[in-house]
Amino acid sequence: MKEGYELIYQRPKTLTDTRMHYCPGCFHSTMHKLMMEVVEEMDLQENTIGVCPVGCSVFAYEYMNIDVQEAAHGRAAAVATGIKRIHPDKLVFSYQGDGDLAAIGTAETIHACNRGENFTFIFINNGIYGMTGGQMAPTTLVGQKTSTSPYGREPAKVGLPLKMAEIVSRFGRVAYVERVSCNTAANARKAKKAVRKAFEYQLQKLGTTFIEVASNCPSQWKCTPEESLDWIKDHVLPYFPLGVFKEPEKKEK
Amino acid sequence: MGEIKLMKGNEALAEAAIRAGMQAYFGYPITPQSEVIEYLAREEPKHNYVLLQAESEVAAVNMMYGAGGAGGRVLTTTSSPGFSLMQEGVSYMTCTEIPGVFANIVRGGPGLGTIQPSQGDYFQAVKGGGHGDYHVIVLVPNSVQEMADHVFLAFELADKYRIPALILSDGAIGQMMEKLELPDPVPYKPNKPWATTGKTKDRERNILTSLYIKSEDMEIKNIHLQKKFREIEANEVRFDEYKTEDAEVIITSYGLTSRVAKKAVDIGREQGIKLGLFRPITVWPFPKGRIAELASRDDIRFFISIEMSAGQMVEDIQLNVCGKKPVHFYGRMGGIVPTPQEILDTVQSHLKE
Amino acid sequence: MLQEMIFAGFGGQGVLSMGSILAYAAMKEGKDVTWYPSYGPEMRGGTANCTVNISDQPISSPVVNEYDLSIVLNLPSLKKFEPKTKKGGILIWENTIIKQKPERDDIRIYGIPAVEKASNELKNVKVMNMIMLGALVTLNQIVKIDSLMKALEDTLPERYHHLLPLNQKALELGMSLVS
Repeated sequence: MKEGYELIYQRPKTLTDTRMHYCPGCFHSTMHKLMMEVVEEMDLQENTIGVCPVGCSVFAYEYMNIDVQEAAHGRAAAVATGIKRIHPDKLVFSYQGDGDLAAIGTAETIHACNRGENFTFIFINNGIYGMTGGQMAPTTLVGQKTSTSPYGREPAKVGLPLKMAEIVSRFGRVAYVERVSCNTAANARKAKKAVRKAFEYQLQKLGTTFIEVASNCPSQWKCTPEESLDWIKDHVLPYFPLGVFKEPEKKEK
Repeated sequence: MGEIKLMKGNEALAEAAIRAGMQAYFGYPITPQSEVIEYLAREEPKHNYVLLQAESEVAAVNMMYGAGGAGGRVLTTTSSPGFSLMQEGVSYMTCTEIPGVFANIVRGGPGLGTIQPSQGDYFQAVKGGGHGDYHVIVLVPNSVQEMADHVFLAFELADKYRIPALILSDGAIGQMMEKLELPDPVPYKPNKPWATTGKTKDRERNILTSLYIKSEDMEIKNIHLQKKFREIEANEVRFDEYKTEDAEVIITSYGLTSRVAKKAVDIGREQGIKLGLFRPITVWPFPKGRIAELASRDDIRFFISIEMSAGQMVEDIQLNVCGKKPVHFYGRMGGIVPTPQEILDTVQSHLKE
Repeated sequence: MLQEMIFAGFGGQGVLSMGSILAYAAMKEGKDVTWYPSYGPEMRGGTANCTVNISDQPISSPVVNEYDLSIVLNLPSLKKFEPKTKKGGILIWENTIIKQKPERDDIRIYGIPAVEKASNELKNVKVMNMIMLGALVTLNQIVKIDSLMKALEDTLPERYHHLLPLNQKALELGMSLVS
């Protein structure tokens, strides 16, 4: 440390020293950092097992300095179920995109939530298939153009965007559901608080915890990172509102 | 001496799994093997294992992947259409080198097929089954006793080589009852430093993945897997022979049909026909060497493979007989089990040729 | 000595349990046994059967060509298994349900009115399978009658144990019909 300087911020030790491959402005980097900060702050590195998906974050294990299993496309909830059943006292999360969690893996998602599997879903919803080249996702907005909906998403043909946070909040054994975003610094701080609450509830064995992140994809949305933040504010959040959809009742003292 | 019981094959498998220290079972009911999950559900309160009826075979195999990767001793059982659904996970587990035991209690196919016994899934079992270059260890029990014994063996081999092990049986062996001696319980002491148990300070993080995006890395992984497969081929071949010493005709058969064939050997010998039975106990690794040895024997006139299929294992016999002797085939399909007499009649018709 | 037997009838007549009680009794006597069922949807309503092999020696095949003893409780089973009974073997048929008589003259044939006897004398038609089983063990002496009673006691869930005396009566009735 140079004389006269004070260390006020550094990478958490739960992140590796590897440069991330994510596009500039992508929320994956932000969410990885926020989650790993929480793991570090809660001193859970030795007791955390993550499950990575197929999609852009397929390499999340390159950056998270914890034990990780890479799941087949859509199967993260089943994999996390298996891990958590073997290690009921450890912190387990699945990190999944919208194609993974809400299309190919819908059955696994719904049934894990219905069983109240005691792990945390981190659901990165950016409304598009980023890694495979910008195809339509189950959460693509009405009218939004993608490579497989070049004239805009037509509900008459492919239905409406799936509101996963709202859906899973209806299950009796799901403990905590919140939709967050990282489109502003304030929202990013709220996102981190939500992650922390989810992990705490998990350790208290209250049931499934589910954090949906209204995320972005500047590259496939064909815009700058700044423009992607505007798109979230103007188009995504009106359809996917932020907020807590379910939370355990606070115990009275 | 272990406990003597009269049990169905499926129940024997389930009880053996408990005694072999199984820590988790994930499965989806399908005829003709649902007795396994039912048995484990009944016994669950007395034991310490995880039992979860999954929403599908796809989910079940991925729960295996998760629990096996986390260091657990894991089992699933299914029947043909269900095992097709599981292939995704089997391929992933093989590449990720996560051990786990599978049982496919085969029924007649293709498609929805029939719930009657079949050996029509041989190709799927021994040639990989899912995508990519791989094998899993395949054990083929032919009795209720072996349905129990092979569970112990499968867990042991799966852990030793970090590979899925498959018990390939059929609806008849699953459903029939026989006298068996239950193996005594063996405490399971996991030694899996590679498992995802939480990164402690004294080690690097454990990553279980089958993703090697660079071609060079993927090839290195494949070379590693192939080396392991060769090691298994060198060390783990198992087979059984019956009256082959002076046989002129070698019947090759596994599983249920090997029992029927054994009776055909006895009846044939009473009639003066020198029959012998060669029964693989592992079909991958396949007993290549021994088949080649037998093929070189002058007194053997021909081989005949007896199967409940359109002719699957016979291809492996042909490969290893390597043109030295005629290799015939007799099979029934659709859930029909050949009788000893059918086998004898076929042998006799070839003897007249 | 190896005895190869088939038990056949409608699902619900107790053919599978008849076979398994016999197999269990033989197992307890130290013999090798196989019990090989037809299984599947036919368990409810259609025909059901099981092959039971009992031997002092290890048994090779659970599947056989022909039977030393066939026990049939409906007409389709009689049609199917009368021809598959070994020459000199035994055929036991239930002769109140099956109206058509067996035809062969090279096997020993015993008609047993098990349904009629169970309904009228024992007031419970369900135990007709035990009447048939009583006849069977009297004819081929494959296990002791005590072993069968022990088998029932071991395999019946305890909530049905009040039915044990009735089952014993049925076995004894079956014995008396062929002795």
